[in-house]
Amino acid sequence: MRLPCPICGERDRREFYYRGAALALHRPDPDAGDEAWADYVHLRDNPAGVTRDLWYHEGGCSAWIVVTRNTVTHEVLGAELAEGAR
Amino acid sequence: MTFSGFRVIREALTGHKGWTPLWRDPDPQPSYDIVIVGGGGHGLATAYHLAAVFGQARVAVLEKGYLGSGNIGRNTTIIRSNYLLPGNQPFYEFSMKLWERMEQDLNFNAMVSQRGILNLLHTDAQRDAYRRRGNAMLLSGADAELLDQAGVRRMYPWLNFDNARFPIKGGLLQRRAGTARHDGVAWGYARAADQRGVDIIQNCEVTGFRIEGGRVLGVETTRGYIGAGKVGVAAAGSSSRVMALAGLRLPIESHVLQAFVSEGLKPVIDGVITFGAGHFYVSQSDKGGLVFGGDIDGYNSYAQRGNLPVFEDVLEGGMALMPRIGRARLLRAWGGVMDMSMDGSPIIDRTPVEGLYLNAGWCYGGFKATPASGYAFAHLLATDTPHETATAYRLDRFARGHVIDEKGVGATPNLH
Repeated sequence: MRLPCPICGERDRREFYYRGAALALHRPDPDAGDEAWADYVHLRDNPAGVTRDLWYHEGGCSAWIVVTRNTVTHEVLGAELAEGAR
Repeated sequence: MTFSGFRVIREALTGHKGWTPLWRDPDPQPSYDIVIVGGGGHGLATAYHLAAVFGQARVAVLEKGYLGSGNIGRNTTIIRSNYLLPGNQPFYEFSMKLWERMEQDLNFNAMVSQRGILNLLHTDAQRDAYRRRGNAMLLSGADAELLDQAGVRRMYPWLNFDNARFPIKGGLLQRRAGTARHDGVAWGYARAADQRGVDIIQNCEVTGFRIEGGRVLGVETTRGYIGAGKVGVAAAGSSSRVMALAGLRLPIESHVLQAFVSEGLKPVIDGVITFGAGHFYVSQSDKGGLVFGGDIDGYNSYAQRGNLPVFEDVLEGGMALMPRIGRARLLRAWGGVMDMSMDGSPIIDRTPVEGLYLNAGWCYGGFKATPASGYAFAHLLATDTPHETATAYRLDRFARGHVIDEKGVGATPNLH
């Protein structure tokens, strides 16, 4: 699997560290309550199909990127910098 | 049809014409007392224990493909009870005891082979950790022996003891652990459940749940609606997909785990060896193939195939541990979908939907748990109380902070 880093171009998967679903971009407010935080930390959509997840380009430019890809086919559909992504 | 040595000889002398199918192929009835979603090892073991131990007669197992076509049909076949934490170890030792009597219970040769598992250690800190783990195992009634380097040398003199990064200093040995014939386990449970009246319905995919007033009434399937007093879901890597049909999100991510088999070789390894530091474990099948694997690929996937980085990592681990396999050729590799939970431990519990029960989160270790998982899930379905060894496997433990995190890495399923 090769991931298209917006800064470095298409790079081998080995250069990236995986951090799971991109819901980390939607961190609850500190006072959102226990239920909101427990859901945020533990519950996942875990889709069979198109998903958006966070990868860190550890062996490259050190950017956090959001990759859109298909979990059934491993097809990579695109990537953007996490900074500014929603 | 009962299997016996006498029966085998008689069939051999009469042209093997007396064998009959191991289970029926029934059409679904309009309703059942209990419907199990998922005809893999855990679903079939649940159905068997419901019928054999808890006297439930009107039970169906729904399988979207063919029986045992998921992870029970393809895994590295290891059975063991060498866990650490109080919420886990008694459950896995219960499972080990069920493995030891399974073939007599089921009248089926599951090729349970207690050939022992050896976890290698390389540092003083690892020795301390394994001593603690071994003591936890002994406290649960399991067996455990801590070997020094000479002890490991006596068992496997050909290991690479002087690896520069991970020299072998000893190991934790569980002699009662071993392997079992994985699909034989599925067939044995299916046959024994069928004999006790369970309907095993293949090519029957659940497409929805009928839920009214917060209570499940039945399941929509590709073979029509089936009413159910209770529904138990044991869908492994597809757990999130199935439970989403009931409107539930789970503390689970699906990940791909690869495993590998070499060409058939003469006997070289008579037990199971794990090299955790090198991300490699291996045993040898009765056909002679080396069966080995390592880490999950590390990203969410339903693809049932992996990528090259882990492939290389596993083979490098193998070469570091036992250079003698360097000239063996790889016969095949495959990937399975693992239901990786947020703390690396399973869930056997009720759900917020009344009458809907969940058995999931087995990560890459579901095979060894098959008998106890089936027993405990049947106990829960039949009595609405958890089995005494499965009381910690609650669905709400994540929100309550009572996680069972053997590796201590937190809510990062790809690291468990």
